[in-house]
Amino acid sequence: MTDALINGIVVFVLAMFVGFEVITKVPSLLHTPLTSGANAISGITIVGSMTVVGMVSSEFASILGFVAVVFAMINVVGGYLVTDRMLAMFGGAKKEPGAKP
Amino acid sequence: MIKNFMELSYLLAAVIFIVGLKWMASPKRARRGNALSAIGMLIAILVTLLDHQILSFRMLTVGIVVGSLLGLWMAKAVKMTAMPQMVGLLNGFGGGASLLVAAAEWYRLIQPGATMTTATAITIYASSLVGGVTIAGSVVAALKLQGWVVPDRPVLFPGRHALSIGLILTVIAMGVYLGYNPGTLWAFVVLNIASLILGIQLVIAIGGADQPVVICLLNSYSGIAAAMTGFVINNHGLIITGALVGASGIILTNIMCKAMNRSIWNVLFGGVGVVVAGSGGEKGAAMRAKGVRTITAEDTAALLGYGKLVIVVPGYGMAVAQAQHQVRELADLLHKRGVEVLYAIHPVAGRMPGHMNVLLAEANVPYEALLDLDQINPNFDRADVAIVIGANDVVNPAARHDTTSPIYGMPILDADLAQHIIVMKRSMNPGFAGIENELFYNSKTQMLFGDAKKSLLTLINEVRVLE
Repeated sequence: MTDALINGIVVFVLAMFVGFEVITKVPSLLHTPLTSGANAISGITIVGSMTVVGMVSSEFASILGFVAVVFAMINVVGGYLVTDRMLAMFGGAKKEPGAKP
Repeated sequence: MIKNFMELSYLLAAVIFIVGLKWMASPKRARRGNALSAIGMLIAILVTLLDHQILSFRMLTVGIVVGSLLGLWMAKAVKMTAMPQMVGLLNGFGGGASLLVAAAEWYRLIQPGATMTTATAITIYASSLVGGVTIAGSVVAALKLQGWVVPDRPVLFPGRHALSIGLILTVIAMGVYLGYNPGTLWAFVVLNIASLILGIQLVIAIGGADQPVVICLLNSYSGIAAAMTGFVINNHGLIITGALVGASGIILTNIMCKAMNRSIWNVLFGGVGVVVAGSGGEKGAAMRAKGVRTITAEDTAALLGYGKLVIVVPGYGMAVAQAQHQVRELADLLHKRGVEVLYAIHPVAGRMPGHMNVLLAEANVPYEALLDLDQINPNFDRADVAIVIGANDVVNPAARHDTTSPIYGMPILDADLAQHIIVMKRSMNPGFAGIENELFYNSKTQMLFGDAKKSLLTLINEVRVLE
């Protein structure tokens, strides 16, 4: 298990650097969509939430997991749709804002 | 076999997120980047269903459906003007999920028969801490932005730094105690509550004008919280993805801080916004004595209508008045008269990063006309009119030369270099930071008092009747 922790830390640190490299030059024009798009990605906790609720170890844990799944899904679905709504406006300004999910 | 397949699928999802984020840096590809990233998320979710640890799908399915519908409804219902609080709130949900996963795992592992290794314990406590700070901080930030319950100005009380330190120490102490006495419910509850209070405490002390930094920082936390969840359930896909979001949040935080010439520590612990007494003092009084010049809508219309280049400087005031559509209408009219109209966008104008861009894009302003600090500043000296709509600190020339000013050193929009400066403002109340704005007392400046939307509507009518 400690090995797993160390491996995890290695992956975490390297991934942070990948993140820094990928997201350096974002024009200020897109700062809001980037924030909300990245926020949607952080909804990846859904994976953890699903595992926890599905394991049915105890009723209490299941309830916690259930709420976690709901929260994470709000984060994912709300995050992506809101980002898309914003980006649609930047596109060609032809579309009705929020017309297409 | 299945496990390997799952691991690789998570890796694939992480790679898709990286490409999606990269695409989001260009206006042309950003929308596809976001869609791509959503596909990555779908892969991650579908693959998780294969996990043999998952025994019951009933609650899982119900949770996914309920969460999706709520997310869908929120995304549809939210107004563009409420976007800062929406982003803040969504952030909180991610943090909340991390907190709950940690709690559920902790509860499972303290049951008789289960064993919790020190490594797992550490990851669970870290996840609780970051998740708790994220959800509590995000909710407070969203409330501040919405103007509910919590005031927009910084809430500072004596001993707040001591309280923060106390809370951090409490979290550490509980973590250590739990290390020796795993399964102590009260200690775990205290750890979680301390994390939540820490989140509230961190954000409540920050004023409205510094909100862009807070939003970025919380965004970063939500990513780190996701990565912590990855540690708890030992999933590298989650760790990578969380770290990516964490990094993007840190980068944006850094950009915002640079745009204000302040360090992150100063933003978090400086409590700017209560400095009124310091800088408003004598100098402010002298300036006030000089008074300001006002202008009528009719005269403003003439200035704008017969100019060659007009630069619009929008700020939070425009957002509050929801005047972006009127701004665009005015610009269209001026365009028809052959006047060039550009927009000067300061990185921290408004309450979230890129706030002005989103509002103006909603009003169908072409994004090519939205210029940032470096692009627009060389244009002010050839501008006939700079029209400042509800912006304040970002055009205050004191930032250039007044070393005693709290905003000294902050890069500003050089609106004072234009031939004429029209400032649209509700009243003479100083801006958020409580700093007198030298620009208002400039001999070239004229004030057009009133609600931005109403003033713009009058202005539009006046421009229409120009020859």
